[in-house]
Amino acid sequence: MSDEKLVGIVLVSHSAAVAEAVADLARGLVGGGPVVPVAPAGGTQGGGLGTSAELITAAAASVDRGAGVVLLADLGSAVLTVKALLAEGDELPDGARLVDAPFVEGAVAAVVTAATGADLDAVQAAAAEAYDYRKV
Amino acid sequence: MLDAEFFRRWMTATAASVDREADRLTALDSPIGDADHGSNLRRGFTAVRAALEKEDPGTPGAVLVLAGRQLISTVGGASGPLYGTLLRRTGKDLGDAAEVDETRFAEALRVGVDAVMQLGGAAPGDKTMIDALVPAVDALSAGFEAARSAAEQGAEATTPLQARKGRASYLGERSIGHQDPGATSAALLIAALIDAGADTAGE
Repeated sequence: MSDEKLVGIVLVSHSAAVAEAVADLARGLVGGGPVVPVAPAGGTQGGGLGTSAELITAAAASVDRGAGVVLLADLGSAVLTVKALLAEGDELPDGARLVDAPFVEGAVAAVVTAATGADLDAVQAAAAEAYDYRKV
Repeated sequence: MLDAEFFRRWMTATAASVDREADRLTALDSPIGDADHGSNLRRGFTAVRAALEKEDPGTPGAVLVLAGRQLISTVGGASGPLYGTLLRRTGKDLGDAAEVDETRFAEALRVGVDAVMQLGGAAPGDKTMIDALVPAVDALSAGFEAARSAAEQGAEATTPLQARKGRASYLGERSIGHQDPGATSAALLIAALIDAGADTAGE
């Protein structure tokens, strides 16, 4: 898979600051590889805490390079809104998936894996595997 | 028979009711949630009302699909995708029919409620909107009044329950003793059917 066809990643949080910071963290840990398309979709459109379907669909469109888009979400309405948008069928790019992964660790794993040119399944698997890494 | 106009009135009546009760919904959401249920739903149903005026959908299904889409887009909290899914799935199940009878509506609403349970992973007894919606759908065959009573009783019956879903579930036993705001707003949605039906010609 060529560099132009990297999997895109959307980080959906209740907080704009959290989404942006996690995106920065993940990008910062990639090193010198290709620049992975990562977009935060945090908070409401008005800048408050919550979830915006509009911000999510815009973020997903912005990272879509034709290789699929992985969405990670933090809590409650962030998860439910992504699921509802996926159920709509035409709101998110083809190959968009909600990945069941811890938000921060999953984002880092997804971005680092996507930077290798890995496909959608591999990026999803890497993010989900972050659940298996126990800290204690 | 229930036509597009009936479903438009249902949504408008719900919007009015949410407007009236927004402070109470937010007060209920204050001890066990994040104190925004009333304001979130008010924003959502204000958008529903505006969209229905602008787009004028011509079938029952189209009214509900449009309303559901607005809620998913504008609410900002979990009630947006949940109520949005309820209305959209109900509307999609009604298809292109120009009119539906109450039995057909009850069937479609059950499809919508099932979709909400699947989306949120909630079952009856989890202290959520499902505790008002399931009894309402079960009672709908006996008419709107029966559905309203069932939904209100279902909402009141959430008070002694411990929350197992959503933000309130983090509180564990401290969620006991508070009526669930989602079940309360669901009861408003069902009660608004009566306001919508009151104007139905020939009934």
